[in-house]
Amino acid sequence: MLWEVEVRAVDAAADRAARDLVAAAAALGLPGVTAARTAASWLIEADLPRGEIERIAATLLADPVTDHCTVAAVGGETAGPPGLPTAVRVLPRPGVTDPAGQSAQAAIGLLGMEVTAVRSVRLLHLPALSAADAERLAWRTIASDAIHNVVVGPLTLTSLAGGRTWQFTQSVVRLEGRTDHELERLSRERCLALSVVELTAIRDHFRTLGRDPLEIELETIAQTWSEHCCHKTLTAGYDHTGPDGPRRYDNLLKETVFAATRQVREALGPADWCVSVFRDNSGVVRFDGDHDICVKVETHNHPSAIEPYGGAATGLGGVIRDVLGTGLGARPIANLDVFCVGPPDTATADLPAGVIPPRRLLAGVVAGVRDYGNRMGIPTIAGGVAFDPGYVGNPLVFCGTVGIMPRGTATLATVAPGDLVVVAGGRTGRDGIHGATFSSIELSSASESQSGGAVQIGHAINEKILTDFVLEAAAQRLFRAITDCGAGGLSSAVGEMGAALGAEVDLDRVPLKYPGLSATEAWISEAQERMVLAVPPECWDRLAAIAADEGVEATAIGRFTGTGRIVLRWEQRVAGDLDCHFLHEGRPRPRLVSRAVRPVAAAATWADTAITGGVGSCLLTLLAAADVASKEWIIRQYDHEVQGGSVVKPLLGPGAGPADGTVIRGVLGRDRGIVLGVGLRHRLGEIDAHAMAAGGIIEAVANIVAVGADPTRVALLDNFCWGDCRRSESLGALVEACHACHDVAVALGAPFVSGKDSLNNVFAWTGADGSRRERSIPHTLLATALGQVDDVKRVVTPDLKRAGSRLAIVGLSRDDLAGSQITAAGLATGGAIPAVDAARCRRVFTAMAAAIRDGLVAACHDCSDGGLAVAVAEMMIGGGLGAIVRLADVPYAGRDDHGPATDLAIGFAESPCRFVVEVTDADADAFAARFAGLEWAWIGSVVAEPALTMLPIGGGLPTIIGLDRIDRAWRTTVSD
Amino acid sequence: MLSPRALVLRAPGTNCDHETLHAFERAGAIGRRVHVRSLSRRPALLDDVQILCIPGGFSYGDDIASGRILAIEIRARLGDALRRFRDRGGLVIGICNGFQVLLQTGLLLADPADGRPLASLAHNTSGRFVDRWVRLRLDPGPCRFLQGLSSEFDLPVAHGEGRFVTRSAADLARFETAGQLVLRYATDDAGGATNPNGSLADVAGVCDETGRVFGLMPHPERFIDATQHPAWNGRLDPAAAGAGLALFAGAVKAVSA
Repeated sequence: MLWEVEVRAVDAAADRAARDLVAAAAALGLPGVTAARTAASWLIEADLPRGEIERIAATLLADPVTDHCTVAAVGGETAGPPGLPTAVRVLPRPGVTDPAGQSAQAAIGLLGMEVTAVRSVRLLHLPALSAADAERLAWRTIASDAIHNVVVGPLTLTSLAGGRTWQFTQSVVRLEGRTDHELERLSRERCLALSVVELTAIRDHFRTLGRDPLEIELETIAQTWSEHCCHKTLTAGYDHTGPDGPRRYDNLLKETVFAATRQVREALGPADWCVSVFRDNSGVVRFDGDHDICVKVETHNHPSAIEPYGGAATGLGGVIRDVLGTGLGARPIANLDVFCVGPPDTATADLPAGVIPPRRLLAGVVAGVRDYGNRMGIPTIAGGVAFDPGYVGNPLVFCGTVGIMPRGTATLATVAPGDLVVVAGGRTGRDGIHGATFSSIELSSASESQSGGAVQIGHAINEKILTDFVLEAAAQRLFRAITDCGAGGLSSAVGEMGAALGAEVDLDRVPLKYPGLSATEAWISEAQERMVLAVPPECWDRLAAIAADEGVEATAIGRFTGTGRIVLRWEQRVAGDLDCHFLHEGRPRPRLVSRAVRPVAAAATWADTAITGGVGSCLLTLLAAADVASKEWIIRQYDHEVQGGSVVKPLLGPGAGPADGTVIRGVLGRDRGIVLGVGLRHRLGEIDAHAMAAGGIIEAVANIVAVGADPTRVALLDNFCWGDCRRSESLGALVEACHACHDVAVALGAPFVSGKDSLNNVFAWTGADGSRRERSIPHTLLATALGQVDDVKRVVTPDLKRAGSRLAIVGLSRDDLAGSQITAAGLATGGAIPAVDAARCRRVFTAMAAAIRDGLVAACHDCSDGGLAVAVAEMMIGGGLGAIVRLADVPYAGRDDHGPATDLAIGFAESPCRFVVEVTDADADAFAARFAGLEWAWIGSVVAEPALTMLPIGGGLPTIIGLDRIDRAWRTTVSD
Repeated sequence: MLSPRALVLRAPGTNCDHETLHAFERAGAIGRRVHVRSLSRRPALLDDVQILCIPGGFSYGDDIASGRILAIEIRARLGDALRRFRDRGGLVIGICNGFQVLLQTGLLLADPADGRPLASLAHNTSGRFVDRWVRLRLDPGPCRFLQGLSSEFDLPVAHGEGRFVTRSAADLARFETAGQLVLRYATDDAGGATNPNGSLADVAGVCDETGRVFGLMPHPERFIDATQHPAWNGRLDPAAAGAGLALFAGAVKAVSA
């Protein structure tokens, strides 16, 4: 019997979603939708009488104070609220994870009742409306094509049950005798993302065995060889022709980024503080006497383009598991997120079919991170949003996690023959099949309907209990190795852990969400919230007991062997048998040709409006620009204080102004801190990839040094997001960016400890004229800096502290406007490319850190997006104080007209590695001594009067803007 | 005098247990985290405990409504044990999700006739989760946790369902008269209202008639050190304690007296 319980707020005024529906209907031009109500509805399949369902409804599903609820048998007539006869139901598609439904089913068990299944439904009550219009409204507002079905009118369901158990069969995929063209088609149709060269190598390997591969074997190889899992483009050989002539690499990543880390570690010698870099699921460094910390940043771009909420949530869930699966398990203590999306004002009419409008997409990814991160109880403390037309249709979603672990455990993980293969956490379903290979394929406007199987929905609470379980089992040393079940599912996780030994796995023992999955599906599914552990048999009973206590399902599905083979079985029969050596070493390594030319800079030209409006008008424009404006509407949705370690928050000071790096205590009750910052100069990506990468790294480091991070303890992470890598120019830009990473890391003495890449971010669509069009994203490197500070009580924040202090600028300003906010706003064009002198940056960072440590700095702000004028304005917002700035005193080395163009360049250039600093009179001499020999100057003062006064270099009238106008401009922001 | 013992109850989805335990320890208690399953198996674990805390988080995911499932579990398996604990003088505090749980278990602001809740914490009027700092005004009434604290202080809130509502206006008036509405959102230094969720009568925290059961939406465990305040830098002594510590110290003092 199938029942429906509807739960609706008694107070119609509390129904916000209904107001949103009415507004959306007006926007769609649907007549007559002047009122609506929304409700939660629960479909319950159970062998229970109505009275019991009513008890479930009253005790569990409805709040006795605020809700009204009704119980009905599905299929019967139900009357909606008066005047709202059209009922629309939005249901999760069969097979899509339904966290609320699962929770409800478990809770019904606590009431002492058994039910077969529960599904959670959103129920919309609308005025009389055609079915087509009602459906359109649902799709436009709350339904997502990738995960929902929409039903207008009565439900016709009779059961929620799934399919039947899969019957064992072996399906052979014929590679022998196929032409290259046929192989290419096979790869595309099966969503394998394998090249013809790779498929040929696979055919040749199986030829030596006298057979063709089985489907499950071919899928395993495709997952293992995917760009996502083995970074085949970045680790390829290159014949590069760059601005300085030809260069040859056998493994680009190894010879640039990895090489930089090796050089830095060698230079550190016995003082090397790296623990485990580029080998585990995250990079590990020393923290204090008894702890190490680890960090990882991942991307989840393609899933988020299709289903923003689920894509972002599972992206975060995945990177949290990376940290949990590092060494013998690390406790996640901070998250970060960075989103790159299209401009918020992009007109829907300008979007290709199937593209989610940027504003809705951003709201979706923010909600995904919010709901997952907050439920996990991990503070989201750092991040950013960049808006650019190049990200329409192919947004970038970066999620990162920092973890902490007992010192010395990071390098202990080793699997031994005989260890059990244990899968723990959520059950396996069809969700997320082909995620690893999907992320390596370009997006198209048809992706939303084609790739539904690749979209995962997260269930944060499963990951939370899994985390509690893993950390308890780790504390008792009940497993020998652990990894997360991410891209490629069990095939990648077991394959990696068993790479040296081999393993036998009984796939019929994998716990399933519903029957019907084939052996291949169970093996490659990317269902979320699962970890794989190598458990010594003698530890199994204790591990299982902890799992039971924490409410986690843990199942032994096989064992690691020592045969060097991955043997897959289904009900005792062999379903697949692969040689580990071929799986991990058999991939043909490509050699690629890349090309880069020296970028040419044009002279800066100012728009007439900039010259006539002057620095004041330009400042107000930039403060309201989407990239610069307040992100408070996002930050406040994230719990950034849970776990209690918060020291420097993303919004701070009496005026809640923006922070640079954010700081948490590593261990409660101790003073050593962790500092997190990010840098992103994507606007330089198409102009000069080298400057883009170098500038991003410097920005990330400047972010954390501004707060007081120790510049000799900075760990870096790289996240490359690139466009079409079939073009030698794209690859050339990639090579140049890798160079920049190497050179800057070595000059700063800051090693890369982890990284990730997402290539082929190409969006393809059919133009109005029927032609096929495609667009690559701007080359984007996200740099993340993980810093440390000896004593959190000595850190410094950007908000101005007291009237009467002096203001200084550290660093040299130029007219290097290329890729700046002022050019993005259309107020200038051209400009030199911001060049990074990393050796000089290192001296500045060292002096700044020393000045902060000595207590000479009252406030400090990194001068980046929007330049000097925006930096000072942001310091005023946080502190609620005013400032006077003498532009003539700013050290400047650009073209100089001694007039308005120079004022503007000084005001808005984003020359790398500069800081605005507040210093009290008493500390002024000591501060000056610290910076002797470096470019810096006193440029003004902090005043009580709440206004910014900028004195032009020509000596004309000052520009004066009230703090209220500055504050208002900065808070004029996009939001959902 | 022995240090008082505090039990921090955790459940699937609890996520403020570590820092809440830390706050009790800083206040001089000996604390311990215990899973609700363990406590259900051995309710006697409460016997040598003076303070029980249900900390913040998303118990069981809060997928149906905040705190609902944990409240059902506590009612079914621990209801009698908790009432005995309270009646023999034990203190109970629920913070954020723990407050939501306490209301739904009937241990706080319940109808004496049938034990059904007379108050609830509904979705914020903004419709979304919010993490921000608020100014609180204290009217300690009988509340054992709040005696001797300063009359106004700041704490952070972080919740999506914190709008205090009662079944009727008469219920609210009765709680008011009995002095049970002990913590209210107040105006900050700039004169702005800080009620973050649309709570009736600006209610942020309530206690029962005995003053021994206390629930609040703000997070006192997140303001143990001055450095946790968003405007501490350059304005507060970074080595000083935060206002939230006094609340845990208040509980420790109350059971030590």
